[in-house]
Amino acid sequence: MRKALLGAIGVAVALVSTASGCGSGSKSGSDSGQGGSEKTIKVVYQQQLNNSNKVQANYLDPMVTAFEKANPGTTVKLIPVTAAENDYYTKIQLMMRSPATAPDLVYEDTAIINSDVAAGYLRPLDGYLGSWPDWSQYADPAKAAMKYAADGKTYGVPDNTDTRGIWYNKEIFTRAGLPVPWQPKTWDDVLAAARTIKAKAPGVTPLNLYTGIAGGEQSSMQGFEMLLYGTPAANSALYDAGQQKWVVGSQSFKDALDFVHTVYSQGLAPSAQQALGTDFASAVATQLIPQGKLAMDIDGSWMPNNWIRTGPQPWPEWESTMGMAAMPTQNGQAPGKVSMSGGWAWSIPAKAKNPDLAWKFLQSLETESASAAWNSVNATIAVRKDVAADPSYLKALPTNEFFSALVASTYYRPGLPAYTQVSSAIQKAMEAVTTGQSSVAQAAGAYDDGVSSAVGADKTVHSTP
Amino acid sequence: MSSVPAAPSRAPLRGLLRGLPLLPSLVLLLVFLAGPIGYCVYYAFTDLQLTGASGTNFVGLRNFTRAFDDPDFLNAVELTLVFVVGSAVIGQNSLGLALAALMEKASKPVRSITGAVVVAAWVLPEVVAGYLMYAFFYQQGSLNAILRLLHLPQQNWLYTLPILAVCIANVWRGTAFSMLVFSAALSEVPKELVEAAEMDGAGPWQRLWRVTLPVIRRAVLTNLMLVTLQTLSVFGLIYTMTRGGPGNSSQTLPVFMYQQAFQNSLIGYGTAVALVLLAVGGVFSAVYIRMLKVEED
Repeated sequence: MRKALLGAIGVAVALVSTASGCGSGSKSGSDSGQGGSEKTIKVVYQQQLNNSNKVQANYLDPMVTAFEKANPGTTVKLIPVTAAENDYYTKIQLMMRSPATAPDLVYEDTAIINSDVAAGYLRPLDGYLGSWPDWSQYADPAKAAMKYAADGKTYGVPDNTDTRGIWYNKEIFTRAGLPVPWQPKTWDDVLAAARTIKAKAPGVTPLNLYTGIAGGEQSSMQGFEMLLYGTPAANSALYDAGQQKWVVGSQSFKDALDFVHTVYSQGLAPSAQQALGTDFASAVATQLIPQGKLAMDIDGSWMPNNWIRTGPQPWPEWESTMGMAAMPTQNGQAPGKVSMSGGWAWSIPAKAKNPDLAWKFLQSLETESASAAWNSVNATIAVRKDVAADPSYLKALPTNEFFSALVASTYYRPGLPAYTQVSSAIQKAMEAVTTGQSSVAQAAGAYDDGVSSAVGADKTVHSTP
Repeated sequence: MSSVPAAPSRAPLRGLLRGLPLLPSLVLLLVFLAGPIGYCVYYAFTDLQLTGASGTNFVGLRNFTRAFDDPDFLNAVELTLVFVVGSAVIGQNSLGLALAALMEKASKPVRSITGAVVVAAWVLPEVVAGYLMYAFFYQQGSLNAILRLLHLPQQNWLYTLPILAVCIANVWRGTAFSMLVFSAALSEVPKELVEAAEMDGAGPWQRLWRVTLPVIRRAVLTNLMLVTLQTLSVFGLIYTMTRGGPGNSSQTLPVFMYQQAFQNSLIGYGTAVALVLLAVGGVFSAVYIRMLKVEED
């Protein structure tokens, strides 16, 4: 039965199955007492506003068909929520609040899982995971990100992660007389390259660093935290896990903000007007980069999604044009490079009506072959060790090997309820220095005040220089 | 039927029976109107969050004191006043009156074409109107294309003058309503009165000030109240055009409230801001109603 199911999925996702993970035919957690009279589950995921992006829908549809065929009498109802990322969180949180609307399986950004656990929306999965041999295949940092600190329980099964680095245009670099391949060792190396491009390649924007409120989380994560976590304070630059307090008044924060200020005030980045537009990210991916108007972009591993044949801006030349470099640490201090990670996970809401069936469906989504297929089509980074070594996954995109290797030096954001408010405060500080409204010191001061009022002054700590 | 008057003792019962048909609507009102409002008022005094905390505590006035200590909130209040006074009280109201007055004089085809164009903007859903105005104002938008043709300097309107852009958008969208109200009111102005004033040698401005406006004063005040309340709650238009940005330079109270409640997940705080918004609307209405009353006395 289990083999048949896996086979069907394998065919459905048109994957040459080298699957070795098929032996996962253990009894699932379906004996945990929930009545299974109801044979329907509701599965919620995000349909991005960009309508041509149907990657997940195209992937899930055949999975559902296969699952229903393998489990006669069951119905899996896919509910895509068409929304921008922030609105999607709001929508699923509202759905999970009430038993009448709670789905049975929900797709969440790993960064909001802790917050939703604290709100009582999610169900611990330990009972199911204990008897699921595949769980041992998941990378430890990814597992750790699914754990809620207060009770030590696990609340999600991650199906991908992402890493970040510097995308650079090799043609522009060659034209400007810069070395290719290129790997900066410090922040100054990045700035030096940007200045060279500004001088030698007129009409080209040297460096994109996401900034400001309109950019939302991409400003905080790709833009700011890639810098902040590369300072000597590293993992404790934003949140001191030892003391369980948010860090204010830190030199690292000012240094990172100063970098933002430098690139925007010296014309090494897009104009503030452009960068603070509401839809700048899609302009970067579908216009500026493919049209050769941007030399460097601090961005994520998913960028090729935009340029593959089925993406919004097919651009086959990207493979020969774009190079990748790891983001260096501030002064080149060990380990020399830095990356931030997020990713998405499947969770079962606390008010789900049919958690057992949801778990069964989740397992079918998370087999080795299905995960490899998903990571390949979605151009995301694998969280399963067996997938990370799978040649079909590694060959799916020429960038997979590079971005998978960054997992070793990556950081996850503090998965805490207050993070969204801290993130807004970061975006505000960035916007203030990007527009030149405030100095770095003023903006950092405003950030400190903002964090104190959001999390409470007793939850902050002054960093000692 | 019976000519015998009801005994006094039966009167209360009869009153009750007569009120009985009202009961369902009363229940509906309580459940669907008073209920949610009551809930909102209650939430405004709690620290209810959409995510991040399961418990909800009563926090008294803390949400309100927090709001009045928050420079972003004060900024939102200020922008809301600019937006309401600029686009509703001055913009929609006077443009609506001007259009209505001009259409009185216009020939029939001109009148119907103007009417159709203006009303079309009003009939459009708010979000669609918002996107149209975004397309008009944004950097590569039609406004800049027109300016380029005329060799005039261009602007990134949504970046440099966002509050002006949303004000113009709101005038564009809402003027039809004022125009319809004033058209109706103007048609009620007695012709003889205007003609008599004309005979007495009053110029067009004098006729407007001394004859027409006094006659339609009630319509003006009613219209002012309605457009003010409508404009106070405008959200979709601003959100689609600027999301309240850049920074917070077009963040009116509804946008601020949305960001607190749904992006920062602070439902309690957001609801408190909504109550403040309700109070601002109440103040405006009270002023207008008072002026109407003075008129009646």
